[in-house]
Amino acid sequence: MRNRKYTSILVTFGLFVLMFASGSFLYTGFFSLQVLLNLLIDNAFLLITAVGMTFVIVSGGIDLSVGSMIALTTMISASLVQQHGWPPGVVIPLVLTLGALFGWGMGAVIHYFQIQPFIVTLAGMFLARGLCYVISIDTITIDHPFYTSAAQTKVAVGGGNFLSVSAIIALIVVALAVYLAHYTRFGRNIYAIGGSEQSALLMGLPVARTKMQVYTLSGFCSALAGVVFTFYMLSGYGLHAVGMELDTIAAVVIGGTLLTGGVGYVVGTFFGVLIQGVIQTIISFEGTLSSWWTKIVIGLLLLVFILLQRLLGARRAMQQQG
Amino acid sequence: MNRIAKHHLFWPLTVLAALLVCNLLVEPDFFKIEVKEGHLYGSLIDILNFGSPLILVAIGMTLVIATKGIDLSVGSIVAIAGAVGCMTISKGADQNAMGLVLSAVAISLLLSLLLGLWNGFLVAGVGIQPIIATLILMVAGRGIAQLITDGQIITVTSESYEYIGAGSLFTLPFSIFIVAVVFALASIVTRKTALGLFIESVGCNPKASRLAGVHAGWVIATVYIFGGLCAGLAGLILSANVSSADGNNAGLWYELDAILAVVIGGTSLNGGRFYLAGTLVGALIIQTLTTTIYMVGVPPEITLVVKAFVVLAVCLIQSEAFRNAIVQRWKTRKYPAEREVSPHA
Repeated sequence: MRNRKYTSILVTFGLFVLMFASGSFLYTGFFSLQVLLNLLIDNAFLLITAVGMTFVIVSGGIDLSVGSMIALTTMISASLVQQHGWPPGVVIPLVLTLGALFGWGMGAVIHYFQIQPFIVTLAGMFLARGLCYVISIDTITIDHPFYTSAAQTKVAVGGGNFLSVSAIIALIVVALAVYLAHYTRFGRNIYAIGGSEQSALLMGLPVARTKMQVYTLSGFCSALAGVVFTFYMLSGYGLHAVGMELDTIAAVVIGGTLLTGGVGYVVGTFFGVLIQGVIQTIISFEGTLSSWWTKIVIGLLLLVFILLQRLLGARRAMQQQG
Repeated sequence: MNRIAKHHLFWPLTVLAALLVCNLLVEPDFFKIEVKEGHLYGSLIDILNFGSPLILVAIGMTLVIATKGIDLSVGSIVAIAGAVGCMTISKGADQNAMGLVLSAVAISLLLSLLLGLWNGFLVAGVGIQPIIATLILMVAGRGIAQLITDGQIITVTSESYEYIGAGSLFTLPFSIFIVAVVFALASIVTRKTALGLFIESVGCNPKASRLAGVHAGWVIATVYIFGGLCAGLAGLILSANVSSADGNNAGLWYELDAILAVVIGGTSLNGGRFYLAGTLVGALIIQTLTTTIYMVGVPPEITLVVKAFVVLAVCLIQSEAFRNAIVQRWKTRKYPAEREVSPHA
């Protein structure tokens, strides 16, 4: 069975198709290309964050700071553009650099002082969320023409359907990430470290550099997601994206990435995000269900996928032994 | 003196004392405790009273962390327990009836026990990493809490229920007594019976302790159940204190504060050792820090930034790599000559 390693992706993809199909059967107006594209438009920021998180989790770590980083990015952008009159052309590269530096710092602490990623990124989460409030406690609305046009531009994809700028950025990020994960030395190093850090070290792979690069990448991705989120919300607020880290981890897990590290696919994460989007769409089409059902369903899905991973993992271990 | 400095409570108590002294400098009346209408009032009492839910959650978390686990779902359990408690009471005919309040308490504690059992089952029975296993309930739990309260904030008007969070016994807040009982129970059971030893051995090496005849699965399940119960009690106190249940915000960030308290108290996240008294001091430090920040007049939001640096500092001190780096630098820079000479002396 050559394709066993793709089983989890196929399950994720199958589940997505199943959910979209059942939504189409249940609700009129559900089955359309635009509903599908809206999944991308509404979840562009989640997708970008989840791509960064996939790399972190594949390397055997975890990044809890992503949600706060998004909030901090919206806050810094809003404050600089709106209150200090900086041009977006300067602000956006600046926040992206800040995000990358923030991730790099966390990666350095994790690697050199050997503290669990969980705790370091937890501190990063507190820090970023706190810095938001240092900037301002209130919402800062953005009405700069660049941001409003980025929010409203519709890119036609034929048949009267459209994508937003954010969705296109997200698609580009996914494409780049697939290339990075599967066709570069950096990607192979990440999988090797996630499989066994000790072996990677013995093989002479640059473990320290790669680990820090992974967190830098995740910081960059969450800052980029923050920029996209700013387009989406047109405001900066300290309470933006509360709990996003969990949604992101859930998307990555539902996408078939093993939380123990070493196994995972960016494409899986892509469908993991879309599945969360479909759940929300179905709930909004249903109308009578409330939004908290999303959390419960995502929790259940998490459970199912983790159990599935255990099952597949156990079977694989048995095959290797027998 | 050296022995005192090496005691595991030395640093936490020093930090706590320093914080209290800072408060005294800012607010000369800080230690003043007054008697009004038969109750004791004062900042210190407030710290104990408002800190009690956190202390409870942190006590449960200590034992979970001692088995090398972690429980991210405590915040959600706090929300669920409060929601169930308030829901049961709001449905009763006479909200003040003792039987109704007792059954509300019993139902929410039973539910938190079951939720703890669920976590324990996933970790010990199915063998999922603790972070992930409890993440499930953390995500789904808030949804469940909102499902129970129907997305609303439920308000109750029951003096008997309010007593759990805001009442006072022997002039002290009632919640302090709940904390005292739980803390005493946990200390006695873990230090006077073999359970504490079992927990530490499972935290060090579950496989070895199983070979030595310790049923690791049951030990792990027990600590998660205890963690769930503690979180349930905290949820009752929190919701009773404000006579309402908010599925969305009750117990938000509690898991992080509790983990922080445990780590400050000297319990390592690598499992195998735990200090309940340290956790108590750690939780008090966090609560005092919050109070201080309120009192000094700094915007309360900055608490998060301060906490971030506290977490980082505590972890760096615990990190062997960091200590070695510091010690080496200190040794090589200051006394190179002495070190060479000393062996001959």
